[in-house]
Amino acid sequence: MSRHEISLTVNGAEAKGEVEARLLLVHFLREDLDLTGTHIGCDTTSCGACTVILNGKAVKSCTVFAVQADGAEVETIEGVATEEGLHPLQEGFWEKHGLQCGYCTPGMILSAKHLLAKNPNPTEEEIRWGISGNLCRCTGYNKIVEAIQYAAEKLRNAETEEARQEVSA
Amino acid sequence: MTTHVEDRFEHHSEKPAGVSAQVETSHDVQVSTPAKICGMGHRMKRKEDPRFIQGRGRYVDDVKLPGMLYMDIVRSPYAHAKILSIDATEALATEGVLAVITGEDLKEAGNLHWMPTLMSDTQMVLPIEKVVYAAQEVCVVIATDRYIAADAIEKVYVDYEPLDPVVDPFEAMKDEVIVRDDKEAKTNHIWHWEAGDKEATDQAFAEAAHVVEESMHIPRIHVSSIETCGMVANYDKIQEHMQIYMTSQAPHAHRTVFALVSGLPEHKIQIISPDIGGGFGGKVPVYPGYVCCAVASLVTGKPVKWIEDRSENLQADSFARDYHIKAKMASDASGRITALKVETLADHGAADAAANPSKFPAGLYSICTGSYDMKAAHVAVDGVYTNKPPGGVAYRCSFRVTEAVHMIERMTDILAHDLGEDPADLRSRNFIRPDQFPYRSPTGWEYDSGNYQAALDKAKEMIGYDELRREQLEKRARGELMGIGISSFTEVVGAGPSKDYDILGIKMFDSAEVRIHPTGKAIARFGTKSQGQGHETTYAQILAEELGLPASDIQVEEGDTDTAPYGLGTYASRSTPTAGAAGAMAARKIKAKAKKIAAYLLEVGEDDLEWNVDRWQVKGSPEQAKTIQDIAFAAYTNHPPGMEAGLEATDYYDPPNLTFPFGSYICVVDIDKGTGEVKVRRFVAVDDCGNIINPMIVEGQIEGGLTMGLAPALFEEIVYDDQGQNLSGTLADYLVPTAVESPKWELGKTITPSPHHPIGAKGVGESPTVGAPPAIANAVVDALWHLGVRHLDIPISPQKVWKALRDAGVRG
Amino acid sequence: MIPGAFDYHSPSTLEEAVALLARHGDEAKILAGGQSLIPAMRFRLAAPEVLIDINRLEGLQYIREENGYLAIGGLTRESALEESPVVQQRYPLLADTARVIADPLVRNLATVGGNLAHADPANDHPATMLAYGASVVAQGPGGSRVLSIDDFFTDLFENALASDELLTEVRIPEPQPGSGGAYIKVERKVGDYAISAVAVQLRLHGEICSDVRIGLTNVSAVPFRATEAESCLEGKALSEEVLEAVGQAAAGQCDPSADLRGSVEYKRDLTRVLTQRAVTQAIARAKGGSQ
Ligand SMILES: Cc1cc2nc3c(=O)[nH]c(=O)nc-3n(C[C@H](O)[C@H](O)[C@H](O)COP(=O)(O)OP(=O)(O)OC[C@H]3O[C@@H](n4cnc5c(N)ncnc54)[C@H](O)[C@@H]3O)c2cc1C
Ligand code: FES
Ligand code: FES
Repeated sequence: MSRHEISLTVNGAEAKGEVEARLLLVHFLREDLDLTGTHIGCDTTSCGACTVILNGKAVKSCTVFAVQADGAEVETIEGVATEEGLHPLQEGFWEKHGLQCGYCTPGMILSAKHLLAKNPNPTEEEIRWGISGNLCRCTGYNKIVEAIQYAAEKLRNAETEEARQEVSA
Repeated sequence: MTTHVEDRFEHHSEKPAGVSAQVETSHDVQVSTPAKICGMGHRMKRKEDPRFIQGRGRYVDDVKLPGMLYMDIVRSPYAHAKILSIDATEALATEGVLAVITGEDLKEAGNLHWMPTLMSDTQMVLPIEKVVYAAQEVCVVIATDRYIAADAIEKVYVDYEPLDPVVDPFEAMKDEVIVRDDKEAKTNHIWHWEAGDKEATDQAFAEAAHVVEESMHIPRIHVSSIETCGMVANYDKIQEHMQIYMTSQAPHAHRTVFALVSGLPEHKIQIISPDIGGGFGGKVPVYPGYVCCAVASLVTGKPVKWIEDRSENLQADSFARDYHIKAKMASDASGRITALKVETLADHGAADAAANPSKFPAGLYSICTGSYDMKAAHVAVDGVYTNKPPGGVAYRCSFRVTEAVHMIERMTDILAHDLGEDPADLRSRNFIRPDQFPYRSPTGWEYDSGNYQAALDKAKEMIGYDELRREQLEKRARGELMGIGISSFTEVVGAGPSKDYDILGIKMFDSAEVRIHPTGKAIARFGTKSQGQGHETTYAQILAEELGLPASDIQVEEGDTDTAPYGLGTYASRSTPTAGAAGAMAARKIKAKAKKIAAYLLEVGEDDLEWNVDRWQVKGSPEQAKTIQDIAFAAYTNHPPGMEAGLEATDYYDPPNLTFPFGSYICVVDIDKGTGEVKVRRFVAVDDCGNIINPMIVEGQIEGGLTMGLAPALFEEIVYDDQGQNLSGTLADYLVPTAVESPKWELGKTITPSPHHPIGAKGVGESPTVGAPPAIANAVVDALWHLGVRHLDIPISPQKVWKALRDAGVRG
Repeated sequence: MIPGAFDYHSPSTLEEAVALLARHGDEAKILAGGQSLIPAMRFRLAAPEVLIDINRLEGLQYIREENGYLAIGGLTRESALEESPVVQQRYPLLADTARVIADPLVRNLATVGGNLAHADPANDHPATMLAYGASVVAQGPGGSRVLSIDDFFTDLFENALASDELLTEVRIPEPQPGSGGAYIKVERKVGDYAISAVAVQLRLHGEICSDVRIGLTNVSAVPFRATEAESCLEGKALSEEVLEAVGQAAAGQCDPSADLRGSVEYKRDLTRVLTQRAVTQAIARAKGGSQ
């Protein structure tokens, strides 16, 4: 049935496509853009393996049509590291052993990224609730929580540092 | 099929090689290499992580080949029905649909419509006469695109004549409805299996001062790794070569099975198991979807991808557990356990598709005397067919050990409570003592090493056991419900000695091939396959420990059958006990050659040399030394005359015995009398897995296993209605715990090395899955015992607790 | 699991949206957060021929107090309720509810309007809005009308909107002095629909309860008010006997069905317990000054 031209920004770069209306965003990212870091783990919007950041909010990309993302900004795991290196969350997951098979990891990292954007200093309880839309079968979550705490602290320190430099400048 | 293995003693009559007497228990991880080398005991960051944290892992669904087609599966809506006809005309007329493959097609292609299971039973790939479980594969559609394939399966019309299904295994034993009428014997009874000494057990029961008895069901559960199963099959007609990317925990064994089933020569089949998104036992069997996908590529001559949906995964792939157990335990007047008697009905669904070593239809279930020294035990298990998906695989555990441990730990608690004794004290009285190792159990196992009291003491101390018992009394006086549960389990892993252990005749050794390059860097390939366990790191650490090469200089590879040495794969916590040992043994072969080279270079005799971390040095003058890097270079540039060049070795390791990790877990729960909700307040896990390769990875394995132990204890169950329909066939109803349900795990350890393993390690990935459920169940029953509650089957849902409370007259 | 094909429209004005609805009638469905609709389409339990995506409509996402009520735009996301100071401070029943709907990722897209329009008795907002005595604004080709929430849920997955109407706003009466409310839900795990859940909103005059409204979740085919339980409390001070009667009445009036979440008996008794707890908490909040 209906097909649509879409154009969006993915990890800071423009992406275009001609898509069937029913194409799920996750399939557009994985198949059309070859961004296979976004995974699929269920068919009931339960697992969060497909989490991406859509216009600043973490969402399950298996439950959004690609056509809905026309004009949107999307961030996937491939866009989390920068020129300067790994994002503190990526560092945290590595440092604290927040992953085993790695399948849930991209979704976890993006969920956590949105969580920390809203709440830079979450309690352990808030972190656990904050990632409750993401299932991990391997880690038992302790070390994911520690990874997010590690990143939260590092991001807060960076912020304080920035503020300090601004004041002194 | 009836298997009697009555005298299990026979198999262990010789003392396993290398078993010494008692080993010492310590509390600290040993580290003998500097951080630069990162040998055993270092918390090395994982080498595999950079790709995963940046979205660059490569899982099967990430494989994309030119001209690739997609397969989707038409599944049966009935649990038991005759197939009258399959009409695929409309599907085939759809643009983009290339083929529909049915059971008849497979039959014509060379009787591919049936395949063997790993237990030497048979299983339909695609049915011709009838379907035997709901969601069974009926036919497959091949199309140019996944969306078109999904549309097309709706356009295949299958005419069924529904038959009465048999869902309950006890009903099935009556043989009123026959599930497998393809078999000669018109019975649902698959096999009968026994272990232990029946007479001695009966005798002990006759003499017992006290007997407790309980029935329990350990229900069907599903591993539900977050990545489902899938395949990309790529048949090249010109080269007559089949390349397969597959979610496989055992690629080499799967290659052999494919060769045997398809008739393709084994050297023309390459199986690549790329990054795997969790396995836990669910990626050991060969599923019909895999076979169909490979056939689809053979037929079309194009690459074909098949990726299961989660609901298909939960509804059709192999399940775990489903044991109906009747257990009896006897003790003397002083509370010493004297005997155990267990009868079990094993519901296998429509085929025995377990993945046990072939001599063990009930796996290692006869380990069921656990950590306790008793005179006699007898176990009998009957396997039965029902109209449910086939299986009997593991769920992050070693071949039915979880069922055994759950039973013995529950029974021990029941006995303690019945005798009015503290469950910790009763355990202490009955533990196998350290001086009894190597210990021969009444069902014939030879435990390698253990110190059960040390682990229990540590757990009690960490959680503040006595204080908690006081708090519990106070709370009970106020009408509040709190429970404390213990599980002091013994695991049995590392299958296994080739004398007893094989899968489809292939012995359960495992392998390593280590090659050191001239510049002192190395590549090491193994016959196992990591699904998140971190082999790229831990194997490198084992080699670093042995050879003194920095772990970061060692590239570890697994999963490609064209390059890796043959091995049986990763499951049942066997990688460290088998392939890890093979790595150490290969390294030792290299070290022996290195010694010769060093002696040549230093112009001394071999006997004058001693090993020091990363070098051979002259005894008494350590400045005269050759590092492993020096030696590697010399091995290609200046090796002794008459010696082969190069520095590499291969080892196929056949373990002399299994390893027996153990631990003590203590769990505290609070129960809401109004709602029946159980809250795990604290959980302390003290594990002993022998020597530790990477403490960080071991902690991760334990924490992950604990959450997978919590899951069946409180949440997960595959439920069928009386028509055989799976009611929990999606992740909306199959309740995988989140970070909120999962408590903050508190870990402790003792270290009692395995005396027969080259590096004293035992394997750890599964102990917590085995040990946690009874700790939780025991805690809940402990909270309710005074109300007359003796037992609750897992998963202990709020409703079950609520019912127990209301039946006891407690109103919230 | 892949949805069937459909035609997609994404109107940029309300008029356009309503016109599209009018044109396509029953063949069309509105796509709001998509968190109920898309899963249903993936399992092909829903197969609309036309989807009208309202996410590009301006001015349907707001939370503001005006004219004596809290007005919530039909497309307001659940996460906006969680982040809204006015909801958190003055509408504790609503704040309780938003927190326990689905999971944080779903809440970033799921809308309040969709939650009500879906008319799923398992959804959490229906009970809450029933307890608040809310009303909804429906926009059709001929203009808008206001419906009482009491008349909104007509059957399982059926609401009182005409096929060419859109839910544009939910209105919750501003709390009067001495009001209090609470929502208590028991779920099998986080993100799950309720086994049972109870929404209570009431007012206290001294010790006497008035304007008591109780909504129940997932214990009937159609979201409903436990009116008999309300009467047990109306005009009375809280006592053990009254609390007992309120709980019993809610348990008696609900009509759950047995499923994986529990038996009929369990759900009834759970409803009794949760009603008692929600009433107790609502009263505590009314006393504590937080409405
Ligand atoms: C994993 C998961 C768990 C969930 N758990 C819960 C839970 O615990 N509690 C709970 O309450 N909900 C839960 N939900 C449902 C979620 O809150 C839904 O988002 C909500 O039910 C529907 O809102 P929506 O905006 O996503 O609507 P959509 O899915 O877009 O639409 C739902 C229906 O409402 C119609 N509709 C939508 N908006 C309008 C409108 N403005 N006017 C007229 N008709 C409209 C649509 O046409 C459609 O028929 C869960 C969902 C998921 C995926
Ligand atoms: S794939 Fe599971 S939530 Fe999207
Ligand atoms: S690391 Fe395997 S699912 Fe999370």
